[in-house]
Amino acid sequence: MTGNSTFDYPQILAEICGELVKVTLGRIAIDEDTELLGDLNLDSLQVMNLLLHVEDRFDISIPVSILPDVKTVKDLALRIENLTREG
Amino acid sequence: MGLFDKFNGLVAARSELGALRIDPFGVEIERIISPTEGIIHGRHTILAGTNNYLGLTFNPECLAAAHQALDAEGTGTTGSRMANGSYSGHRRLEEELAAFYGVRDAIVFSTGYQANLGMLAGLTGPNDVVLLDADCHASIYDGCRMSGAEVIRFRHNNADDLAKRMRRLGARATDTLILVEGIYSMLGDRAPLKEIVDVKREFGGYLLVDEAHSLGVLGERGRGLVEEAGVLADADFIVGTFSKSLGGAGGFCVSDLPELDLVRYSSRPYIFTASPSPATIASTRQALRVLAEGHELRARLRANFERLHSGLTALGYTLGAPPSPVIAVVFDDKVATLKFWRDLLDRGVYVNLMLPPATPNGVSLIRCSVSAAHTPGQIDAVCAAFADLRTVT
Repeated sequence: MTGNSTFDYPQILAEICGELVKVTLGRIAIDEDTELLGDLNLDSLQVMNLLLHVEDRFDISIPVSILPDVKTVKDLALRIENLTREG
Repeated sequence: MGLFDKFNGLVAARSELGALRIDPFGVEIERIISPTEGIIHGRHTILAGTNNYLGLTFNPECLAAAHQALDAEGTGTTGSRMANGSYSGHRRLEEELAAFYGVRDAIVFSTGYQANLGMLAGLTGPNDVVLLDADCHASIYDGCRMSGAEVIRFRHNNADDLAKRMRRLGARATDTLILVEGIYSMLGDRAPLKEIVDVKREFGGYLLVDEAHSLGVLGERGRGLVEEAGVLADADFIVGTFSKSLGGAGGFCVSDLPELDLVRYSSRPYIFTASPSPATIASTRQALRVLAEGHELRARLRANFERLHSGLTALGYTLGAPPSPVIAVVFDDKVATLKFWRDLLDRGVYVNLMLPPATPNGVSLIRCSVSAAHTPGQIDAVCAAFADLRTVT
């Protein structure tokens, strides 16, 4: 579910990391290999709420069903990149 | 990883509760005395966490109907309606539910959970889009997952966010199923249903409203938020439960769309489960009559929940929403909430404890549900227990 704009991977990665820092308050270093559940100890609700902000930024709607396949920040960034391109 | 390793986190959490001498999820009501009283830990306790909104669990007419059906039709149906056939009571209840809402048909499910599971898994599939309020109940999320539909959340009670997502869907919006609840079970807040309906009118799509906590509570005839908001005709599907205001067990969906009947054939939670027992159906049919004529019960319920809401507000507690039968007291600290819940029980007041991640925004909640059967004295006693703990904490 996409907007019309295309964003490149570094832009998307930076945006996700920016949102994650708000949750972790800088206590943990975040890169594309960081695991959302394992390293950041985010519960499913926190991940879904994080996505709400990311969706606004890129004008997309991210289906909840992608979550089981998203382990790392990179997984999420790649899925969002795909969604922005599908439009 | 071993079969039971996944439970390690649960084991740790349970040990933590044990150390605090708290078992919020294993409470045994040793004896039920009335819709609002029971014996817990040997103590006479006010029940203020049962969702028994109209207090019909001991209604004499409902009891008599259940007794009669039990004697006449036996203890159970011993199978599903598809395989074993429907009892006449199943169909009569469906007709009565449809008539109550003024629509074409209804389907009765064996539980409220299964009503959402059955409707969503039966109605939507992998090529469909479901747009649901972020705070929807677990049964809705589970139904969506079972359906394989593309599931998108919109911000809780935010019709603008819904509109934004409908716009993003483009041509697909016209076949999208929008899901909201009348009263949300955690905080007790209501959906902005008129605004939601406006979005549906603008973009198309179908609307399903889960009235689990608003059936019998809102609207002149108790038909829920759809009636109170004057948008009954705009709700394509209305789901409800028998296990709250109707004092039984089971669930339903009503619709004016002729396709509703087809859901029976595609809904695994409908097909592959035992149908409700005759006694359950009989008490529910009687309870529905009482509910429809229950203006006085609704007035008493309103007086009770407004009394509790204003009492807790005066004590300085932060409440989750304006007055409704669900009154949630919001806490930041999980352990403090656990202790608060235990201390209420020690003072003879049973309420619900709700913890993250089941709660919105990571808050911890002490959730009260008010009944028309509560006496003003019981409401005051609940307030007194909260006042006592306000001093203590």
